[in-house]
Amino acid sequence: MGWLDAWKAGFARNAKKAIPDGVWVKCEGKGADAQLGCGKTLYRRDLEENLWVCPSCGFHMRIGAHAYLDLLLDEGTAEPLFETVMSADPLRFKAEKRYGDQILEDFRRTGRGSAFMAVSGAICGRPFAVGAMDFSFRGGSLGSAEGEKINRLIGFAQERGVPLVIVSQSGGARMQEAALSLMQMAKTSARLAEFAETSLPFISILTSPTTGGVTASFAMLGDVILAEPGALIGFAGARVRETIKEDLPPGFQRAEFLLEHGFVDRVVDRRNLKEEVARLTNVLAPV
Amino acid sequence: MNAAPSSQQHKPRPAPLDFEAELVKLEDRITDMRKWADEYSKTGQDPAIAQEIARLEARANEMRATIYRNLTHWQRVQVARHRDRPYTLDYINLLMEDFSELHGDRHFADDAAMVCGIARFRGRSVALVGQQKGRTVEERIKRNWGMAGPEGYRKALRIMKLAEKFHLPVISLVDTPGAAPGVGAEERGQAEAIAKNLFEMSRLQTPILVAIIGEGASGGALGIGVGDRVLMMENCWYSVISPEGCAQILWRTADAKEQAAAAMKISAQDLHALGLIDEVVPEPVGGAHRAPEEAARILGDRLEENLNLLAAIPPTELLERRRNRLYAYGQWEEREVASR
Repeated sequence: MGWLDAWKAGFARNAKKAIPDGVWVKCEGKGADAQLGCGKTLYRRDLEENLWVCPSCGFHMRIGAHAYLDLLLDEGTAEPLFETVMSADPLRFKAEKRYGDQILEDFRRTGRGSAFMAVSGAICGRPFAVGAMDFSFRGGSLGSAEGEKINRLIGFAQERGVPLVIVSQSGGARMQEAALSLMQMAKTSARLAEFAETSLPFISILTSPTTGGVTASFAMLGDVILAEPGALIGFAGARVRETIKEDLPPGFQRAEFLLEHGFVDRVVDRRNLKEEVARLTNVLAPV
Repeated sequence: MNAAPSSQQHKPRPAPLDFEAELVKLEDRITDMRKWADEYSKTGQDPAIAQEIARLEARANEMRATIYRNLTHWQRVQVARHRDRPYTLDYINLLMEDFSELHGDRHFADDAAMVCGIARFRGRSVALVGQQKGRTVEERIKRNWGMAGPEGYRKALRIMKLAEKFHLPVISLVDTPGAAPGVGAEERGQAEAIAKNLFEMSRLQTPILVAIIGEGASGGALGIGVGDRVLMMENCWYSVISPEGCAQILWRTADAKEQAAAAMKISAQDLHALGLIDEVVPEPVGGAHRAPEEAARILGDRLEENLNLLAAIPPTELLERRRNRLYAYGQWEEREVASR
């Protein structure tokens, strides 16, 4: 089996594996969303059918890149792109752990070489270029490989004349690639500026969490910016936020807070995302 | 009109950096002896004093050279943060004529952490943007320690658009410990403001010359740091996060800042080797804080030469080059995934 087939076989398998095993699942958030969720115990199959949105309280549980690509794209249409681009350790970075080892570890665990998945596929019958960041690979952080894949995906959309969708889920820039990582913000933003000359729509979807260098670059540059309900979205990440010696207003850095302050266009339930993307695109750029 | 005068003249003597404490002591001693010699010169020179001063000078010179030749990454961070280091307005005062500061983002406020304006520089008109730190407590508060908010980035973009309209090159002087965090900054879209600048600077139809003159921290620095040429002064740092922040997260203690500074390869020399900056601008021996005028003269020469270089490139080619340069940033692996 070649890597492409392996990738495809892993596609469906991994989409489910990202979620905790077991028949019963508790409605609770993790990480930045730890205080969210109603705590109810839910039947796994119901949740799966509901795209991991709690039927009781509406909490959007974290799902991975595979799951987003699955729910957005028409079944069987996704073709992976640029899978040969993989994270490297250009600075030979070592903190408590070697970055090189961490990449390998994540590669073995997820079967992926970076935190960004790019595919070509169809949404409601229309061809699209779609990408998604995945929190399970280095916290979805933006490194050189991710930046390169994003740029190639934008280039692909431009060449094929198809709309672009990017689902963000990221802690921000990748520290272990230091300045190289920082420059990915400029690199992807510049690529989007070139893409903007085409009048092809770019829909940016923000999921929880989207913070730091990802928010401060391509994620905030959508022609239309959608956010999942309750998603944590901000510039300052959790650690920086801890240093803010101010009382945080209720709902600070949540999707609804950004909507209220004018920084996202629409807060959209995950179960409506696909339809929403199709509708927006068809109105902006009818086929 | 000139900018507010540099606060250099009314500063109290700052605590010396730990690694140059002895040097500062020696320099102070030389200063004292000079004063003393000056007073006595009215009644007649003592050649012994002049000789002693010359001897101490020589020692201080050697000491400066040795210390600054062997700076560690962390020590460079300390030098980059030195209170006597020239800030944006100092360089403007030392290098520019007819400077007019232009205020406000036309949306919400004026941000004193970001200084913008237009000026004449060695025979041409230029637009300037740059973060500004403060030396006194009041000034620091007013300038928010050089941490600009969304208003600062939007003001900078407004001035860059102005430069585009009037065909002025943009000089961007970067010196920030980071973009402002906080409730207000988030409410008013800090992330959007920076993202927009990256987007717009990549396609601004006029030359952009960037110089890192102190601290280049993360998105806050990059938010005015996209350009055709990026210069970096010798004792600056530029990275995705401060060494303390990186240490806190990856070593779980800020005490590991020295390791973090080295691991992130944050010096001008490192960034030059990585192809992320174009030029390392030398500083006077002993750092820019010891000789601000000389530092400004060196920087001024480099700015002038680079502006000449950029002025010679046709506008369409300029944009294409800028883009291609940005697209090339990064190092990854390209390989076939083995079957599993």
